[in-house]
Amino acid sequence: MTAENLKIKEYCSISNNRVMLNGQLLFEAQGSDFITFIKLAYKKMDTKYPKFFKMDDLSKLGFLASDILLKPITQDSEMPKNIALAFSNSASSLETDRKHQESIRDKEYYFPSPAIFVYTLPNICLGEISIKHRLHSENSFFIFNHFNAEYLHDYANSLMKSEKADEVLCGWINCDVEDYEAFLYLVSTEGSIAHNKEEIIKLYTTK
Amino acid sequence: MNKTYLSYNNIVSALGFDSPRVVQNIHEGISGITLIEDENLFPNPFYASIIDSNSLKEAFGLLGPNSDYTRLEQMMIMSLDKIIKESSVKLTDRVGLIISTTKGNIDTLDPTNPMPKERAYLGTLGHIIKNYFRFVTEPIVLSNACVSGILAISIAKRFIAQGTFDQVFIVGGDIVSNFILSGFNSFQAMSPLPCKPYCKERSGINIGEVAASVLVTTEQKKLVPEAVEIMGEASCNDANHISGPSRTGEGLYRSIQSAFKEANAGPQDIDYISAHGTATNFNDEMEAIALNRLDLGGVPLNSLKGYFGHTLGGSGLLETIVGMHSLYHNTLYPSIGFTELGVSQPLNIIRATTAKKLDCFLKTASGFGGCNTAAVFKKVQS
Repeated sequence: MTAENLKIKEYCSISNNRVMLNGQLLFEAQGSDFITFIKLAYKKMDTKYPKFFKMDDLSKLGFLASDILLKPITQDSEMPKNIALAFSNSASSLETDRKHQESIRDKEYYFPSPAIFVYTLPNICLGEISIKHRLHSENSFFIFNHFNAEYLHDYANSLMKSEKADEVLCGWINCDVEDYEAFLYLVSTEGSIAHNKEEIIKLYTTK
Repeated sequence: MNKTYLSYNNIVSALGFDSPRVVQNIHEGISGITLIEDENLFPNPFYASIIDSNSLKEAFGLLGPNSDYTRLEQMMIMSLDKIIKESSVKLTDRVGLIISTTKGNIDTLDPTNPMPKERAYLGTLGHIIKNYFRFVTEPIVLSNACVSGILAISIAKRFIAQGTFDQVFIVGGDIVSNFILSGFNSFQAMSPLPCKPYCKERSGINIGEVAASVLVTTEQKKLVPEAVEIMGEASCNDANHISGPSRTGEGLYRSIQSAFKEANAGPQDIDYISAHGTATNFNDEMEAIALNRLDLGGVPLNSLKGYFGHTLGGSGLLETIVGMHSLYHNTLYPSIGFTELGVSQPLNIIRATTAKKLDCFLKTASGFGGCNTAAVFKKVQS
């Protein structure tokens, strides 16, 4: 398999209170906060996965965007798929880190919780997605100051070329003080969009 | 495809600030784990492997830094500085930088920490390291729980194979912080005593801190005597639970199987296993099951957690470097803290420093999020 033949099969974004799939609007709820919005989106997408509600915001965001792309592939398949996950962001798990830090701030009022602490790692989101879609695949979580199409492109190519994965779900999921943003795309041997740096940047910036 | 090697290496830890010193201490059976009494870190005394702050300050001061750096930055800069100088690799646009860490400068989230709050961003840490050494390429920070250190080696190899870089410097590390101690304690995972991996009397983990670094290269002329070739590597998720390992060791089993396939190797080729061995009940039992599913129960094995504690994002890299030196010295180092097997499947735990001809070793790690990584390394034949 040569890297020149690889394609972007589908892409999905969740930002500005909108859920988009391949450039088409799936759901919108302007004016609601993230928690309300993501709950509404979960219902609208017919996600049906109660564990969703115990996840932290970053996992909810990554899980929902992944589920939109992966559910049609994995839900009726008896054979588990070898779809690698290569995610990135700039804030790691800081939103949840701040909650854990708050719980240990005062020695008199000290309440660290394992249910929060476990989410102080960005790759927990990859674990949640792997459980839902039965993916025993390669997982990596990168941190960049900004979306880095070049590294994601090269890394997905290497996973495909070395046959470590049949497809790679790549992208950016970020939750920070003021904002959240998810943009995921599926690299495959099938599809109509060429897998190269320019296309990835185009899809990311026009999402 | 070109062969890829691990070459110049360094360890900054409680057991010393360079690899030969650290390995010598291991050879002599010295552990870095001590009883720590520091209420700023944890309300009660606890066992951990912590770098002496005065020694760190003194050693870092010798580099003549011209600005303020956090504890982890100091450790990482000291570690990388040594191998960048020794290897005389010029930092061009063909040289990558990978930073492996779980929590980075997490201590700067504490309201009493004087550093600016943006220091807690892992990307900021990456750029501080990049700017100190004047790397040309954008740093790649990898934060993949406790497999980060070994996964960073896989990722360096993959970026080199893909043609993104010719050579990659990796630095991996984490510090002991009140953040981490309080979190693992809330999981009831902390041992009240020095940890005892695979032992009947094991009672959990100790936390440790380290910065370790290595040069990943394809250039034969950049190889040090203890250099090893990366024969095969793989990561597989358990797809089972986010905070506990699979009871069948599924992800670890698949990772080793897949690393063996790429290395064109099998259990008979492995002279030594540098395992994860955190000394929690579930982890050690899971590893015993996964290793026995692959007929690896008889291969000499250790966990180095009894020397360094669990150093999180640094551990996989640290333990791989010790493995490189183990091969070079043809010496197996004991799994300190172990007395009697406490897992349900047989494991050949190394009990004493033993001379043995060694050619090839397997390194494994597992972590939260269900991640597992395995890699096979082979001595470079001279």
